[in-house]
This record gives sequence, C-alpha cells and structure tokens, in this order.
Amino acid sequence: MEVEQLDIREHLRRHPPFTFLDEDRLNQVSGSVEIAYFRAGSDIVVLGQEVADLHYIRQGSVEMFRRSGEFYNRLGEGDIFGQISLISGRPARFPVRALEDTLIYFIPGSQFRALYNELEEFADFVEVEDRTRLRQAGARSREGTEMLATRVGRLVQRSPVMMNASGTVLEAARAMTEQGVASILACADGCDPDHPQLVGIVTDSDLRGRLIAAGLPYDTPISAVMSEALITVEADDYLFSAMMAMLRHNVHHLPVMQRLRPIGVIDLADVAGHGTRNSLYLVRNIHDQPDLDGLKSLLPDVRGSFLRMVGEGATANMIGSAVAMIGRSFKQRLLELAEERLGPPPVPYCLLALGSMARDEQSMLTDQDNALILDDAFDRSQHDAYFRSLAEFLCDGLAELGYTYCKGDIMATNADLRQPLAVWKERFAGWIARPDRPALLNSSIFFDLDGVHGETRLADTLKQWIAEQASRAPAFLGCLAHNAQTRTPPLGFFRDFVLEKSGRYQDSLDLKRRGTAPMVDVIRVHALASASVAQNSFRRLDDVAAAGFLTNSMVADLRDALEFLAGTQYRHQAFNLEQGLAPDNKLNPVTLEAFDRRNLKDAFRVLSNAQRFLRMRYRVVQV
Amino acid sequence: MKEREAATSVPMLANYFRSGVPDPATPLSEVEFVALDLETTGLEPRQSGIVSVGLVPFTLRRIRVAGAGYWVVRPRRTLDEASVLIHRITHEGLAAAPRFSAVLPELLQALAGRVVVVHYRHIERPFLDQACRRWFGEGIEFPLIDTMALEGWMLRRGRTRLQRLADRLGWRRRASLRLGTCRERYHLPAYGAHHAMTDALATAELFQAQVAWHLSPDWRLEQLWL
Repeated sequence: MEVEQLDIREHLRRHPPFTFLDEDRLNQVSGSVEIAYFRAGSDIVVLGQEVADLHYIRQGSVEMFRRSGEFYNRLGEGDIFGQISLISGRPARFPVRALEDTLIYFIPGSQFRALYNELEEFADFVEVEDRTRLRQAGARSREGTEMLATRVGRLVQRSPVMMNASGTVLEAARAMTEQGVASILACADGCDPDHPQLVGIVTDSDLRGRLIAAGLPYDTPISAVMSEALITVEADDYLFSAMMAMLRHNVHHLPVMQRLRPIGVIDLADVAGHGTRNSLYLVRNIHDQPDLDGLKSLLPDVRGSFLRMVGEGATANMIGSAVAMIGRSFKQRLLELAEERLGPPPVPYCLLALGSMARDEQSMLTDQDNALILDDAFDRSQHDAYFRSLAEFLCDGLAELGYTYCKGDIMATNADLRQPLAVWKERFAGWIARPDRPALLNSSIFFDLDGVHGETRLADTLKQWIAEQASRAPAFLGCLAHNAQTRTPPLGFFRDFVLEKSGRYQDSLDLKRRGTAPMVDVIRVHALASASVAQNSFRRLDDVAAAGFLTNSMVADLRDALEFLAGTQYRHQAFNLEQGLAPDNKLNPVTLEAFDRRNLKDAFRVLSNAQRFLRMRYRVVQV
Repeated sequence: MKEREAATSVPMLANYFRSGVPDPATPLSEVEFVALDLETTGLEPRQSGIVSVGLVPFTLRRIRVAGAGYWVVRPRRTLDEASVLIHRITHEGLAAAPRFSAVLPELLQALAGRVVVVHYRHIERPFLDQACRRWFGEGIEFPLIDTMALEGWMLRRGRTRLQRLADRLGWRRRASLRLGTCRERYHLPAYGAHHAMTDALATAELFQAQVAWHLSPDWRLEQLWL
C-alpha cells in the first residue's frame, strides 16, 4: 500500500507526538491506521473498556468525563487519547464521548508500544495526561526556589520580646540584649497579655537614630522612638510576600501574626538567606541613587536581575512582583528627587500605580500608567502648578528609564488624572452605578490600582470603597464580565501557525492580548464581585476561593493557567533580551517546544472555559 | 453464486464465486465490506479503459487501511486530455504500469466474500464486468451498496410531502450528491478528489457516517444492496 498519497500521513505529520517520527516510521504508522466515524453524542470509549489502540482525532472533538460523570477534558483535531490505558495496561478510566461528528484514527497498540519504547520524545509527550501536564509544568518551574513554597511561620525561631509602650528605652535595650534580639514589640498599656495590642516596634537602628543621635535621655518612653505604622505579615503568608512587604515599606523587621497574636519577628537576614536576593539589592541600590543618571546606570542590572530570575526558574508570580517592585522603587526615588527640587507638597498626595504594576504583575515590556490622588484640601488654582511639575518630572524620568509614555495618556501629567479623593470616588461611582460597556473597556485599568508613594492611605481608602461598591452592583459586574470576554484565546497550534476559532491561521500570537490580559480580566470580575481589595491576580484568586465564588478546582485551574501563560511571556521576553532584541509579547509558535505548546493549549482551554463561565455567572444586564 | 462457481471454467472466477456473498439477512454490523473506486478514461465501459483501482476493506466498526489496495494500470486506449487532467496520471506514468489483467487476481481476492460499497454504481460494476468478459470471456456480477443512491434516498426521506412535490415540479434545485458534498453533510474532512485510493477511503467513511445518522447496525443487508 502506497501511503504517500494518503491524507492520513500528512495529517499525522503535523501533530505531536507524530512530529517526532521519521519518514519510515510515519509511513508505517499511517499504513496501519484503522478509522471509524462517530456521530456527535455517541460513545467512543466506555468506562472500564479495554483499550487496544491509541485514539487520534482526525476531525471533530470529544469530551472526557470522570467516573462520577463530571466533565474532565475536551480534545480536538490532532489530539490523542487512550495512551494512559495503553501504557498502564489498565482499562479506560475516563469515558470519552463525541462532542461533534468525529473521525477517529486508531493506531494499533503494537505500533504505539514500538514508538513508545524507541523514541524518547514520543514517550515524554504521551506519558502525561492532559490536565496534569499543566500542573506539572508549574511544579517544574517552582523547583529551585523556596520563596513561594516556604511559609513565614516556619522562619520564626522564638516568641517575640514585648513590653508596654510606656516602658523606658533603657528597659527596652536591656531586654533586647538579654534576649539577644534586634527588635522589641510595644503593646498598649494594660492590654491582655494573651491578646496584646501591638502599637509599634523598636529596633536597634531606632535606638541609634532616634535616641542616641537625637541626644534623648534613657528614661524616654519607647513610644517616643518606636515606628508606629506597624507592617505585619501572617504566619501563613509565603516568604516571598514577606520579602515584598519589606521592600515595599523599606523596613527590616516584620512581626509575624497568627490569629491577631504576634508569634515572632523575622528580619531581612532571615528572608535574604532564602534564595532570590539580587532584586533585593537592586531595590536598595535604586533608593541610594543621587540623580536620574544614577538611576539610568542601574538599567543593565534590572535586565540582569530579570534574566537571572527567569533562568533560575522563579515562578511568574515572583518575577512579576519583583519587576513591579523595581518599577515602584524607581517611581519612589524619582518622586523623592522631585520633592527635593520642588520643595514639600502643598497638600498631601498619593501616586497611584495602575494596571500591571498595581497588580505586581509587571513584565519587561510596559508603559507607565499612573495618576495622582490629592488630599481633599486640594485647590486647583493654588496647588496644581506644583503637582503638574511633579508629574512631569516623574513621567519624563520614567521615560528615560525605559517606561514608555502611555499612549492612552493615563499618566499623572494629564490634568484630569490629578484629582482629590472625593472626585476619584465620584468618578468610580459613575462607572459603577451607570456602567457603559465601551467606556468601561477603557477604564478597566483603573480597577487595578495601588498607592506607590506619599499618603498611600488615600489609595487604600479608595480600594476599600471600590470593593464595597462594586460587589453590590450587578449591572456593573455584568458589563465588566461582558468586556472580559472580548479578547479570546486562540484554539491552539498547528505546526507553525496559531489556529483561530474561525479556522484561520496567524503566524504569531500576542501572549498578552490573547492570554494573560483576558485571564486577568476574568479574575478581576470575580474579585470585585467578592469584594476583594487585593490587586494581584493570585491574591485575588485566594479571596475569590475564600468567598466561595468559585470552586477550589476552578481556582486551581485558573492559577495554573495564569502561572503558565505569564511564565511563557517572561521566558519569551528573556529570550528576546538574550538575543539582543527589544522584549515583546509576539510569540512565534515555531520557537515553542512541544511540551510548552501543549501546555499553552491547555492554558488557553482553561481561559476559554473561564470566559464561558463568566457569561453564565454574571448575566449581562442591558442598560 | 453456487451455480456460477460450477458453471465457470475460469479458476480465478471459481474462487471468487466460491467465497460467495453474505446471507441477505445478515445485519450490517456483521458484514465485511470493501469500498471500491475505479478511475477510468471515460464513462462507457465498452469504449473506455480503467486507469487505476483503489479499495479498502472495512466493517461498521473499523476501516482497515492496512488491507487497502491501490493499482495504476495501463488502459487499452490512450488517455484523452480531460481524464489526464482529472486523474493527474500521465502517459509516462502509465507506460510502466501493468495491464489490468495482471492485477485482476489480486483484486478479485480482495473482493471475495465482501459486499462492495461504491459511490455511484454505474461505473465499478459495468467496468469490472466488461474487463472480465474481455479477459475471461465471461463477466461477473455482484451485489453492491451505492452511497450516492443511499444519500439521495435519505435526503428525499427527510423532506415533507410538500417539499417532495416541489422537488418533482422542479421548483427547487436538487441537493448535490457528489462525494465531497455528501461528506460535508456529516462533517467528514475534505480530501483531494479523483484518486482511486482516497475516494475508496472517502466512500467507506461516508457509509459509516450514513449508517450512524440514518440507519442502524441492525438493518439487514438486503434492505440496502442493489
């Protein structure tokens, strides 16, 4: 039989794992295929059936189910199933039904086993069942770093040293020396020792800087030298969050809380002893630079730090946070420099980061999205000249540092985005109470916001207020959900092409537009619905799960898919940088390994399902 | 068949007839089929020759590519330009090919005991009959299933009396019964047409789809064959 003429061979050739076969093997497999047609809705594999062949979908699509009847997976043209039964020799665990009219190629078990035994790549590919593949990809990148896997509580070595805030610094210094600690927690006088109310922390450097250098007497109460705005972490938090909290607030000691009770204190050395250090030093370095030129001289280090994290297999969540942290530090330092030049601000202000920086999900390709919240005492005619200059200094500086100006003019230099808190509330109230789909499409970036510099409580107030309002506005959520479905993922890949739902091909794929961005959109809707104040997508998912808005398995799927999509985006940008190119998000499928190709397809499937779920969950309300 | 086996003096044909055909009451699910396609230089058996033959054995459960057969043969008459274009088989390609008589034994063996399935019955049976007459001095006949006739019947069956009346009065254009178009109705993939092997495979898949949609595996052979 001359299989050369047959469509069978050409079709197999385009789909992994058959892409790994040489001509001889391909001919052999093509010539041994058996074919059957299954009408939509008919059973292809029934539970417990012996499986003698590998099943290959030539046309159509199928659904796999769990023993319980619960939906498990959907496969389409070029996908395979049945391999697990063939490898394990056990009967079918997942019944398979034709979703559309489907043409199946059966590849005899003997052929399958020969390929499995002889071709490494073939074996690697078929060994993993679809969904676990994505999870394993995530697990693989998690190896080599403990930052995400370790909980803060594990670092706590001893219970905290505490004393009343009215105690003297002498008593404090003696207690710290006796106990061999570098910090002491101050509690409100007369509070229950089992549930102490923390009011501050005193560290070695506070004693040096605020007491000795200031020439204060030893009987000064510790309340006079302590840091009051106490930053704490929860024992359940990951080490990585602790590092981020330290960097963000520029503190070295963090009380660790468990059910509102302090159980210990961790310091920078504890955290820095665990892995990814380089971004930590980089952030310190940014804060030490005297001028813009100094900041610019750090750009190679920014790139180097990014490449190292990707190379070390850091998770997308870690990379995104670290890159955002670096950007945040640049903004903070630029604003400090601006204040040195312009003098102190006439009214309190807060610089808002919007979009990816606010979510701690920044990549190496980013523009500046920022705005100013001003104190309600703001008087435009009197004060705005200052803030305009401040904003210009900031945005021009950021542009020099490689953060391109925002094309949509979402920057503090835009007078419309320098507003007092009351006006911001009014604006958000308008979006929420009278949602308008097109308008909302352009303003969704405002729903990821975070205070970066100045009076960050202004940003926190706004966040809290938005979370309360949005969760009670079904029409708004409906519009947001509708908008979150506009950017759809592609179906998957053919050999060198991206296959669109329409059946058309593209030669490259915008990972952000078609992957991470719509995923973030989906998660934002659920987060706002569950009144979460979190901005980071992974944190939002935690809140959504806690609020019971999605099942744990749905949350796990979304988390894995986002992790994989964002990770691929970072790896792609690292690849660009290593090639001496400007980083972009345009992925050419030719450069993808089969493993990643498969995972991406799975991630797209999760996204697509999530978008479909949105449609059902948030009935779109016509306004 | 028994009578033909006894009557024939050609051993090859005797073999073929000995395997016989299945009992007409056999349910489709138990029948061994073979999809057959001939590409010819024209439509008239007496004046045209066979250029290529493709076949693939199958049941309702599986089409077996491993058992497929494909032969290019040298026709008695030269190819006209139109059929060169259609079949993409050139004069040079044919010069080296065997005569049809040389592949006939293998072909008969592949058909023996099976029910032939074709798309459009007025080619394969008369051409094979004519070829046997030429080489053996006696023809063959065999029952077959015609997916084109089946499709036409299913389309008519699905129409209301009023629609059928409209059809008869010519108010409505008949749906196409070409192989590719029929396959589209069942969401079968598009193949390149006019290759005997591909068309035989396409016919087998179409028949499986027709049974899946409109009949049932319990139907008896005699309800379908012509």
